[in-house]
Amino acid sequence: MSIIVFSENRTGKIKKHSLEAVAYATYISKNNSKPVIAVSIGNINNDELSVLAKYGASKIISVNDNKWQNHDSQSYTKLLAEIVEKENADTIIFSHSNLGKAIAPRLSVRLKAGLASNVLALPTWYSPMTFKRKSYNGNAFQQIKITSAKCIVTINPNSCDLVENPVPVNITGYTPTTSANFATKVENVDLITGKILLTEASVVVSGGRGLKSSDNWKPLEELAEVLGAGIACSRPVSDEGWRSHEEHVGQTGKIIAPDLYVAVGISGAIQHIGGISGSKVIVAINKDKDAPIFSYANYGIIGDAFDVLPRLIESVKKFKNA
Amino acid sequence: MKILVCMGNVPDTTTKIKFDSEMKKLDTNGVQWVINPWDELALTRALEIKEQSGGKIEKVSVINVGQADAEPTIRKALAIGADDAFRVDANPKDAYFIAAQIAEIVKTEKFDIILCGIESSDFNDAAVGSMLSEFIDYPSVSAVSSFEFKDGNICLKRDIDGGKETISISTPFVAIVQKGICINPRIPAMRGIMMARTKPIKVSVPVATDSLIEALTFELPVSKAACKMVNAEDTDKLIELLHGEAKVL
Repeated sequence: MSIIVFSENRTGKIKKHSLEAVAYATYISKNNSKPVIAVSIGNINNDELSVLAKYGASKIISVNDNKWQNHDSQSYTKLLAEIVEKENADTIIFSHSNLGKAIAPRLSVRLKAGLASNVLALPTWYSPMTFKRKSYNGNAFQQIKITSAKCIVTINPNSCDLVENPVPVNITGYTPTTSANFATKVENVDLITGKILLTEASVVVSGGRGLKSSDNWKPLEELAEVLGAGIACSRPVSDEGWRSHEEHVGQTGKIIAPDLYVAVGISGAIQHIGGISGSKVIVAINKDKDAPIFSYANYGIIGDAFDVLPRLIESVKKFKNA
Repeated sequence: MKILVCMGNVPDTTTKIKFDSEMKKLDTNGVQWVINPWDELALTRALEIKEQSGGKIEKVSVINVGQADAEPTIRKALAIGADDAFRVDANPKDAYFIAAQIAEIVKTEKFDIILCGIESSDFNDAAVGSMLSEFIDYPSVSAVSSFEFKDGNICLKRDIDGGKETISISTPFVAIVQKGICINPRIPAMRGIMMARTKPIKVSVPVATDSLIEALTFELPVSKAACKMVNAEDTDKLIELLHGEAKVL
C-alpha cells in the first residue's frame, strides 16, 4: 500500500499548499510506514519536482505532457484513478484548493473511497482513519471516520507545518493510457500578475466600510507593500464597487487562512469571519470599541484607520530595517 | 434544453451554531432555514439564462435531498421562478449520499445543464457537484464565476490560482458555481409566491447507496483569549507583539 499526493503546478512552479500536502502525507507515512508518492501533471522541470522529495516524497510520478495542461476534472480523475491502481495506493491527499475540490470528490466516487474534505489537522486517529474537518463556516468542527478501504483527504492550506523530511530524489515519467480528449476547452487564460495571491499570502491586510470610499486605499496599499502582504476587503466594499470582487474575503467570497490577518475598519460580521477564521493571528483596527471583530482578534487597536495606518507603516518600516 | 439546480436547505448563515448534548446533531431550535447561498446564486443565474435563451431553455428545475421540513425552502425556490422541483425524501447524511440520490433522478430526467453551488454553508464539503458529475459521467467545471449562453454556445469562466480561465463546453455538463455568477440573488415577488403554490414538487424515495464515511461528533471552537489591546499611539508595540509573542512577523 502507498499514499499518493496530488501536486499542483500551473506555471511550472509547485504550489506551497501542495508541499504542505506532501508534508501531511509524510506525517501519515511515519505512522503506517506506507511510502509517499507525489503525482504531478503538466509541464514542469525536474529541478522543481525534486523539491517534493525534500518534504518526504520517495517517488515522484510526472505526467510531463503539454496536452495535460488543461485541468479537466473528468480526465484528471481518470488519470489519477489509473495511477492509484498502478501504485496500489489506499490514501490519496489533495489540497483543499479550487483544483483539489474539483477532482477529489470525483475520485471518491470513482474509487468508492471515503472523502474527508476541508480537513484542518493531522488525523485524529489512524485506525480507522479519522479526521477533524471544518463545518458551519468555521463555527464548528466535525470528526468523521472513514469506513471504506480507501480514503481521500483534502487538506486546508496552512493546516500542516512545512516540516522537511528529505529523501533521495526519484522521478519517473508516466504516459497515461487515459486519452487526452477533453470535454472542456480552455479558450483563454487571464492571469493577474504582479500581485500577491490572496489564497497563498502569509500576511493579508484587509479594509472595510471604515475606509469610507474608493479613494482612501493608499495607506492600506502601502501597509500591504511594506509587509509583503496581499490585499483583501469585506463584502460591502466590493458590493459598493470600491474594490474588485476578487478581493472580497468572507463566507461567499474567498476563504483564506494566512498567518497574519490585519482587519482595518471591518466590523466583523459573522459572514466575514467565515472567510478568515482559519487565520493564525488576527489584528483588528477599528474606531468602534464594541465592534464584533475584537472578539475574534488576538490584538486590537481602537482608533481611526487614517490616524493609525501611517504610524503602523512607519513601525513596520523601522522593524524591517532593524 | 433543461437546467437542473441542486439546492441545499441550510440554517441561515447568521445562526448561532449549537448542538445537542451528545454533540451529534445541530440544535435546530429557533433556526431559520434558507436556500444554500451559492445554490441561490445558481438558481438566479439559471433563470436569467432561461429568459435570455429565446426559448432554447424550456425549463429550470430544482432538486433537494431532504425531509418534508425542507418544503418551505423548496417553495421559495419555486416562488423565485423555478418551474418545478424534485425532492428525494431522505436525511441528507453526507455528500456521497446526496450526490447518489440526485444522480438517480438525472438518469431518468436527462438534464442538459446542472448547476450546483460550490459548497453548502453547513457541511462545507464542496463535494456534491463533483461527486454527482462522476456518478452520471458528465464533464464538470468547478469554481465557475461567470456563465454566458449566447446563440447556443456556452462560455464559462473558472477561477484558478491567480486568475481566470475561459472555458468552452458542450452539453451535457455540470457547472459548480460560486460568487460572481450573478451579483444579487432574486427575491420572490408576490405573484411568484402565489404561483409557487401550484407548481409540482415530485417526491421520491431514496435509493440504497454505499456508506463510505461515518460522522462522529461536532466540536465548537475553543473560545480564544481576550483580544490584547494596544494603544493607538503605540504601533511599535503592536509590531513587537506580532514578532516576539505571536511570531508571525
